[in-house]
Amino acid sequence: MAVVFKKTKMLTDAHFHYCPGCTHGIAHRLVAEVLEEIGAEGHVVGIAPVGCAVFAYDYFNCDMMEAAHGRAPAVATGVKRTNPDNIVFAYQGDGDLASIGMAEIVHAATRGEKITVIFINNAIYGMTGGQMAPTTLIGQKTTTSIYGRDPAINGNPIRVCELLATLDGPSYIERVSLQDVKHVVAAKKAIKKAFTHQIEGKGFSLVEILSTCPTNWKMSPEQALNYVAEDMQKLFPLGVFKEIK
Amino acid sequence: MSEKKLMKGNEAIAEAAIRGGCRYFFGYPITPQNEIPEYMSWRLYEVGGSFVQSESEVAAINMVYGAAGAGARAMTSSSSPGISLKQEGISYIAGAEIPCVIVNMVRSGPGLGGIQPCQGDYFQAVKGGGHGDYKMLVFAPSTVQEAVDIIYTAFDKAEKYRIPVMILGDGMLGQIMEAVTLPEMIDVTKLPKHSWAADGTGVGEKRRIINSLYIQPDVLEEMNKKLYARYAEMSANEVKVETYKCDDAEIVITAYGSVARIAKSSVDILREKGVKAGLVRPVTVYPFPSETYLALAKKDCVKKFVCAELSMGQMIEDVKLATNMLKPVEFYGRSGGNVMSPEDIVDFVLKEGK
Repeated sequence: MAVVFKKTKMLTDAHFHYCPGCTHGIAHRLVAEVLEEIGAEGHVVGIAPVGCAVFAYDYFNCDMMEAAHGRAPAVATGVKRTNPDNIVFAYQGDGDLASIGMAEIVHAATRGEKITVIFINNAIYGMTGGQMAPTTLIGQKTTTSIYGRDPAINGNPIRVCELLATLDGPSYIERVSLQDVKHVVAAKKAIKKAFTHQIEGKGFSLVEILSTCPTNWKMSPEQALNYVAEDMQKLFPLGVFKEIK
Repeated sequence: MSEKKLMKGNEAIAEAAIRGGCRYFFGYPITPQNEIPEYMSWRLYEVGGSFVQSESEVAAINMVYGAAGAGARAMTSSSSPGISLKQEGISYIAGAEIPCVIVNMVRSGPGLGGIQPCQGDYFQAVKGGGHGDYKMLVFAPSTVQEAVDIIYTAFDKAEKYRIPVMILGDGMLGQIMEAVTLPEMIDVTKLPKHSWAADGTGVGEKRRIINSLYIQPDVLEEMNKKLYARYAEMSANEVKVETYKCDDAEIVITAYGSVARIAKSSVDILREKGVKAGLVRPVTVYPFPSETYLALAKKDCVKKFVCAELSMGQMIEDVKLATNMLKPVEFYGRSGGNVMSPEDIVDFVLKEGK
């Protein structure tokens, strides 16, 4: 019988702990498949964040480090400076990257550290139970904005790709979505391009992935995918924000 | 080849760290330790290393986490407020069993405090500082030469126990210029590779995970016990203390770091005045040389201890514990960046009665 799909060897056999309908699992698979395709095995280090992906070190089948909350780009900087031939990636959520770790991501980007950051934006703090994130939409209900995010009280959301694209250090920045198969395929292409930029030494690369959190959004998986497609993209449009040829 | 040079404390420490194998430095400007990152910023590139002026002390310690976790000899330096910012990272480094070296050229506090010499970070250095159960090996050199000798082998100690090692200096040690004999440059290519280091080569079962997260209480408790067993081993092997004229001493002055060299002069002045004084100088403030203190406290000739510090009284707590309070322990301190003279300690001893 012909094999039509095989789990990539860059993922371990550990069962994902993610909730039903969460797209972290897809994002993990895409990153791992890309790592296999670019031949990263044996010279790659991943940095896990604090947040829902805190156990990412159990899933990626390579050397891994668990960073303090928000510090993954600083840890990745240390790893890459030590072993420049390694492929180094950080996998971060929106609270980790765009709130507590904003200084680390901005400065790793502007230094042009040759690392790749996979940024999962699901507009909420998942692991801690659904608090408002720096990327929470205006009007979106969370456990710390129970009537919906009000800019007068809660401030405004941050667009990370747009912000980082103003810097000189990044060589590739793209925002993608996992809302359907077509977008998943496009997301994988973006991830591959980001890692290729790192291998070619062009600079800092980041892919923002619009993701779901059905549990804390209090939606079915299907409703959550629609929320990504219809609501999130009004604030976070897909596209390439920076690409040095 | 070893060579003799006149060097500022901070620069000598930087050079000695490099000669001891440090190739990666991450730091942020803060007085009075700026000469360390300044020196590292050009010198490391001469020896094939890398330097990053980080966006913050928080980032710097996490860059150390990454570089040292990947198996390199990495260090950072800062001064009191900056060391406070690093505490989260130091706790993670201790939890993830990553060897590294941290230099604290202590300035006065609390808060923004001042930039003059102080010893107000003693508690932070020896009692933990960051969250959770962990310890560091903490050295308190009193001369530039001693700082050079200590940092030269600090990475060996850090790697032996897989712990962070701290050099607890102060503004005086960092800024003073002294003649130093610099040790030979070690050959970093001959350093052993660490099986635990996440150097990228790990595949499948052999992959390495640098981590301090243990979500199961029993597993974490075992980890805590494992770390403390290693601290016990470190305490058994690494205590370092200097005693000076203690054989017949009636008044035992005790001080560490820069204050100890002042107190040594006080002992000589007191001896000239006919007072039988001696000095105990911990070189390691953690582990603390408790046995030396207890042995002295049990001696009939010893009447009391005088603990001299550039603080409101921190090490004195460990001196009281170590001596079991068998003899009185008095405190003489200056703070805010003020430094006592040898005569100040002499006057205190004479006024308080023999």
